[in-house]
Amino acid sequence: MDLTINERTVQVTASEDTALLWVLRDLLGMTGTKFGCGMALCGACTVHVDGKAVRACVLPVSAVVGKKVTTIEGVGSSATGFAVQEAWKALNVPQCGYCQAGQIMSAAALLVEKPAPSDADIDAAMSGNICRCGTYTRIRAAIMQASGQVGKTS
Amino acid sequence: MSAVLQQAGPSGLSRRDFIAKLTAAGGLVVIGCKTRILAAEEARKYGADGMPHGATDKPLVFIAIGDDGIVTIAVHRSEMGQGVRTGMPLIVADELEADWSKVRIQQAPADEEKYGNQDTDGSRSTRHFMDPMRRCGAAARAMLEKAAAAAWSVPVGEVHALNHEVVHAKTGRKLGYGALARKAAKLPIPPHDALVLKPASRFRYIGKEGTALLDGNDIVTGKAQYGIDPWFAGMLFAVVARSPVLGGKIKRFDGTAAAKLPGVVQVLEMPATVADATFHPLAGVAVVASDTGAAIKARGALKIEWDDGPNGEYDSDLYRAQMEKAARNPGKVLRESGDFAGAIAKAAHKVEAEYYLPHIAHATMEPPCAVARIVDGKCEVWAPTQAPQVTREDVSKHLGIPFDQVTVHVTLLGGGFGRKSKPDFAIEAALLSKAMNGRPVKVTWTREDDLHHDFFHTVSVEHLQAGLDAGGKVTSWLHRSVAPSIGSIFGPDPKHELPFEQGMGLINLPYDIPNMRMENPEATAHTRIGWFRSVSNVPHAFAVQSFAAELAAVAGRDHRDFLLDLIGAPRLIDPTSQHDSWNHGESPKLYPVDTGRLRRVIETVTREAGWGAKSADGHGLGLAAHYSFLSYTAVVAQVTVDKTGYLRIPRVDIAFDCGPVVNPDRVRSQLEGAVVMGISLATLGEITFKRGRSQQDNFHQYRVTRMDTAPRDIRVHLLPATDWSMPLGGVGEPGVPPVAPALCNAIFAATGRRIRRMPIRDQLGGTSS
Repeated sequence: MDLTINERTVQVTASEDTALLWVLRDLLGMTGTKFGCGMALCGACTVHVDGKAVRACVLPVSAVVGKKVTTIEGVGSSATGFAVQEAWKALNVPQCGYCQAGQIMSAAALLVEKPAPSDADIDAAMSGNICRCGTYTRIRAAIMQASGQVGKTS
Repeated sequence: MSAVLQQAGPSGLSRRDFIAKLTAAGGLVVIGCKTRILAAEEARKYGADGMPHGATDKPLVFIAIGDDGIVTIAVHRSEMGQGVRTGMPLIVADELEADWSKVRIQQAPADEEKYGNQDTDGSRSTRHFMDPMRRCGAAARAMLEKAAAAAWSVPVGEVHALNHEVVHAKTGRKLGYGALARKAAKLPIPPHDALVLKPASRFRYIGKEGTALLDGNDIVTGKAQYGIDPWFAGMLFAVVARSPVLGGKIKRFDGTAAAKLPGVVQVLEMPATVADATFHPLAGVAVVASDTGAAIKARGALKIEWDDGPNGEYDSDLYRAQMEKAARNPGKVLRESGDFAGAIAKAAHKVEAEYYLPHIAHATMEPPCAVARIVDGKCEVWAPTQAPQVTREDVSKHLGIPFDQVTVHVTLLGGGFGRKSKPDFAIEAALLSKAMNGRPVKVTWTREDDLHHDFFHTVSVEHLQAGLDAGGKVTSWLHRSVAPSIGSIFGPDPKHELPFEQGMGLINLPYDIPNMRMENPEATAHTRIGWFRSVSNVPHAFAVQSFAAELAAVAGRDHRDFLLDLIGAPRLIDPTSQHDSWNHGESPKLYPVDTGRLRRVIETVTREAGWGAKSADGHGLGLAAHYSFLSYTAVVAQVTVDKTGYLRIPRVDIAFDCGPVVNPDRVRSQLEGAVVMGISLATLGEITFKRGRSQQDNFHQYRVTRMDTAPRDIRVHLLPATDWSMPLGGVGEPGVPPVAPALCNAIFAATGRRIRRMPIRDQLGGTSS
């Protein structure tokens, strides 16, 4: 199969129903995308497929043939993705950091769709991403900062 | 009038040292390492000195300076989100007078002979290594100054280090650290009495705001390396089907169908455990494949018949009833002061309540996982471990190869919370690599594995009784705690809470009540019980802080004023007077319980949270305060409960006094996280058992707090501490215990409903957060 990942074409040999997550992590060694639940319940594996946030742990690799996959390793090449990463660093959002790749991918997709999200928009877009360290207040603040709405979060 | 009925048990300093002491004291488990047993029999030592391999402050162990002036600092503690990889180097760099932009870090492998103790648990990394790291930096600074003075042939008293250079003020000459490093490294290390530590007024980094996380960029760009991330060409990927019941064994299995599935390389039974290794893997069948997805799929095709063993009937509902029965009858007396029975007989008001906390799972976002390979008889392991040295020891024992032939690389931990103090997962990787002729093997636990086979937080019933006089003053207090002990995973079940569990908010209650009794009836463990962030403080504080609010309501008094009166006047309490032989492994003289500090966090948090203002119907503020890990915490939760019973927690204030603070941003972040974890366990967290099996498979059943149900507003109030002679308290754990009771007290204020059973879930009638 030919896949387009972070604007590069790569060839992989895998069963069609192999989840994209394992193709990225185990076959290609792109380990920035994380495993958390395997059932699309925690968001740790979030990637973009044609710009939309999707959970790679339940997405068969065959479903992304001919589409553009963006992972945490490539999201910084877009202005929005970069702004999100910078806001994350500026506010020291991560604790252990393990879920943050998925959080950043969800946040970047949100900001492309809604450049000035409300608190309710953030709840809706981010509640599929679990953080056990409990960085939610900083994630919210960082999304607000990346969207230029500094200080608007309550 | 006082009875000490403490068993001659372990003082339980480190989660590892604890094992040694358990052995030394009770002969409960055979540990191979004689030196550790002997060490435990020596006179009691405190702090870092009381830990296996203690602490070291040798500058050449921790600091390397290149010709280019780049300073590389070794971090020997595990990073799991608490910020230790930023905090430790900050301390060294400050005393070293290093330019922070020229500082790099290197994670130390498991090697306690070299680095000192590496067990990253018990909220003690900064507490134990602040002073050694300061001395380490100061010694290196002195060596650089001496090298510069020698180069200029001037007295060393005429030069001083300043921001990565040594300066000769008289002549204005300067030499950079890079130019001096080689000569400095050859100089003798100054003795302790010659070291000059900086006064706090000259700290460049310690206690300052604005330090960016050293791993921040790697984390946000996906480059950070966790235990699940090492990747080599030719690597194999494994999952294991483990006995669903603790102590279960394989009767028979058929892996034929699984072995035929695409990508499967091998199906094999996990080797038998080794007797003297502590955190041995569970019995199981492994599937080794070309990728983890293929291994998971093939595992589903295994046919395994289990012999469940003695825990096959464990049912958490029935067990709860059993614990309640025990809690309603007298148990082993741990502490008695005054005459509880006599006093409560005469009380004007008698109050009794029982509180329940179920098993909870750590559910670190990175599940247990590890990578191992064996080349020329040497094993290398990459593991997200809180216990590097134990990982190395246990891998050595299980593989039957010498300790010095095992290397354990400590990766970042995607969450720890105590789960990753138990390296069973790393042993699995090593055993599987051995079975695959040394090829690199990565073991990944699926979320189902994690929730089924955790070392769960204990389950507990806390029974409290109190008597109040006619004026509403509490004159008698009984606390009976029933909970299976962590000691049960190390050998024959002690069936009673060990001193370190009792000392987490049960016997060391610092309240001014004339007649007190603490009891501990028996409880037997039927699953693996382990350390979960804050450990026994969670159930103890939930019960005590809820009960104090219940008593305030009976007395018709404001909860804050009532709680301050319960604590009594500011005073220093000797922990040994409370029969607390543990005291978090610290000297009772250095670390008395300071009720003045406990009062101050309560006063601060109530003032900041607007305590005392009138709340609308369905709105309420709730307070709780707790002393743990030598730090003082108070929380005010603000809730709304609508007519359908829907609970919201818009804001939580938390006041905290841990003494001096190295990196205030990371202390705040730990407390923000503690609030969320406390809310999560209070509202949603529960593992239940039927037929010995954990009933929760994944995050749809083991629910946790998410963005939409977390408080929007968490306000951390750090009590300023500028006196650096004051000993440090812990940070990672003490934030959690008061959160659940503060929340339940707020729900009571808002609705009049008293929650005594965790989690809250649908007890208010509606969907809770």
